[in-house]
Amino acid sequence: MMVPLSWYLIFSAALFCVGLFGVLSRKNAVAILMGIELMLNAVNVNLIAFWRYRSPSFIAGQAFAIIVFAVAASEVAVGLALIISIYRRRNTVVADEIDMMKF
Amino acid sequence: MVFFSDPITYITNWLANLLISWGLASDTVLVIMKLLGAAMVCIFGFSLVIFTIWLERKLYARIQDRLGPNRVGPWGIFQTFPDMIKIFTKEYITPEGADKVVYNLAPILAVSAVLLVWAVIPFAPTVFGTDINIGVLYIVAVGSIGTLGVIMAGWSSNNKYALLAAFRTVAQMVSFEVPMVLALLVPVLLGQTMGVDSLVKAQDVWFVVLSPIAAIIFFISSIAEVGRAPFDLLEAESEIVAGFQIEYSGLKFGMFYVGDFLHAFTISALSATLFFGGWRGPGAETWPVLGLAYFFMKTFIIYFFVVLIRIALPRLRIDQMLNFNWKFLTPLALVLLMVTAVVEKSLIHFMPSLNFSAVGFLIFRSLVLLLTNILIIVVTAIFLRAYARREHVRVSQPRPVAVTPEPPASVIS
Amino acid sequence: MTPMQIIFILTAAATLSAAVLVVTTRNIIHAALWLIVSLFGVAVFYVLLNAGFFAVVQVVIYIGAIAILFIFAVMLTRRLMSDSGPQSNTNWWLAAVISVLLFVGLIWMLSSWRGVTGEPPVLKSNIDTIGLLGRALVSPDGFVLPFELASVLLVAALIGAIYVAWERK
Repeated sequence: MMVPLSWYLIFSAALFCVGLFGVLSRKNAVAILMGIELMLNAVNVNLIAFWRYRSPSFIAGQAFAIIVFAVAASEVAVGLALIISIYRRRNTVVADEIDMMKF
Repeated sequence: MVFFSDPITYITNWLANLLISWGLASDTVLVIMKLLGAAMVCIFGFSLVIFTIWLERKLYARIQDRLGPNRVGPWGIFQTFPDMIKIFTKEYITPEGADKVVYNLAPILAVSAVLLVWAVIPFAPTVFGTDINIGVLYIVAVGSIGTLGVIMAGWSSNNKYALLAAFRTVAQMVSFEVPMVLALLVPVLLGQTMGVDSLVKAQDVWFVVLSPIAAIIFFISSIAEVGRAPFDLLEAESEIVAGFQIEYSGLKFGMFYVGDFLHAFTISALSATLFFGGWRGPGAETWPVLGLAYFFMKTFIIYFFVVLIRIALPRLRIDQMLNFNWKFLTPLALVLLMVTAVVEKSLIHFMPSLNFSAVGFLIFRSLVLLLTNILIIVVTAIFLRAYARREHVRVSQPRPVAVTPEPPASVIS
Repeated sequence: MTPMQIIFILTAAATLSAAVLVVTTRNIIHAALWLIVSLFGVAVFYVLLNAGFFAVVQVVIYIGAIAILFIFAVMLTRRLMSDSGPQSNTNWWLAAVISVLLFVGLIWMLSSWRGVTGEPPVLKSNIDTIGLLGRALVSPDGFVLPFELASVLLVAALIGAIYVAWERK
């Protein structure tokens, strides 16, 4: 017996929730971005699992996953550039301390 | 006769039959044979490093008009063994405050990143690790694991200078990956496949003839990836003192050292496979042993050129290196990729309308691509001449000289 | 238990524990390294799902570029060489409750769908997935529009990141 689809979906749901916990509970802005990366990976696993199990002859699932790869890479680049820029001005990356739009 | 024409396959089949006759299931036998093959490749890689270290030291010495190692054995062949014993017996000094797990893991990653590439290189028509159909992309992926090992080594040493050197090394390696990947895409375009063995089989005409610029760009950027001269600013002894490896001693440093040499040999093997035809040569299909011999001949010739470049050229500064990469190699690689794609597509489009024979079409395609490359070289040379003239004018202008100010008039004279 | 299932369970356990360590460990650099382990685990999953191209792309993009970017960002934004203080918010328990509730909700919703326990359809062994994907991404009645938009997005992100992180004298 092969691996049923439900196992993949449970795994990706668990990974997504771990990432969500990381986003909601961490102080360091870079650690929040790491949680976001985990969530994006969980989504990708979900997409590829559905492609493989439901419609392997229809290439749309893989194309969707490729676009998610590109979006994740660009979002990490911009997010980390922003964090480094904020660090230069405020000398902190703790999310609680970055609370004013001015100064 | 079968043994002489293809010894490795003969031995593999004999061993597999032996294991099956002992009663193991054929799946288990397959797994055991693959594991054995991986172990043999690793052992072979390390023994090759022993030979190449001696070769490089001898070449280095002879070109510098001195003798090189000549005491330990005839022509100093066994020189590497005393060096190995020396490195094995040195004490491991772990710096205080170093992160033990990461510190010990970094040299392992640096060496495995190089050994993993050997899994896809075809040594002979029947001798290769595996023939995945995305071999070229796999090579790029594994190269990025080496970068990870460097940064782990630099950070876990708890040493500011190691960290700085690790940053610069990673910046150099990541920057030179861009033209390397772009130059790797040109053989993929010409061979219409990403699998390395299929690329070797598609080289009826060597790809270095079809696209010499791609070969040169790949060669230069992979030398910079390895970190060898003239790009070795970050690990030469007179510069930032051994760079990110500064806190490693004994066999851990030996691992980095071995990884460096093995990487240099691996890029020679990759250049030979992707651009010079790999195991192809007269009679290689019928006698795979000949294919093995051709492959190693080509690899050693290219390795000779790698060592020659190391000895003959002075070191580049980091800003010169990165300028060279981003302002010259990357645009050139992009232009080459686009032009090659357009020319290939138009050739395929117009092929049925011109009634050439198969050989005639081969010659026609090679001529067209070679002329395109020469055209790109000529245009690049024109741009470079204009740039050189501008730089010459800029450098030869008199620069302002600092003048000591006049002392104020109220000083006691 | 077939070998495939054993490999799946081992990889899932490794990836999930690495992910939990990412979000709970105190040392941020260790979090980045555990992130690399979990990204490797996801790459193994792609191989199990017959999407080998995605496994290699995952290693190239995520581990070869994004993880290194994370490590650089962590190193460039530390005040001292060591972390100090708790790394989680004061009401992290609420975040844990929300995550568990979301997980349970997702599982309940999935279990009410009839097709979730399907077996994988057998793939034909000679389809050239990469060729199909490549053609789908550039053919006009395929996915060329999302492909071009993604490349415009990448250029915009590149220019934006360089500009934002530029050091103004």
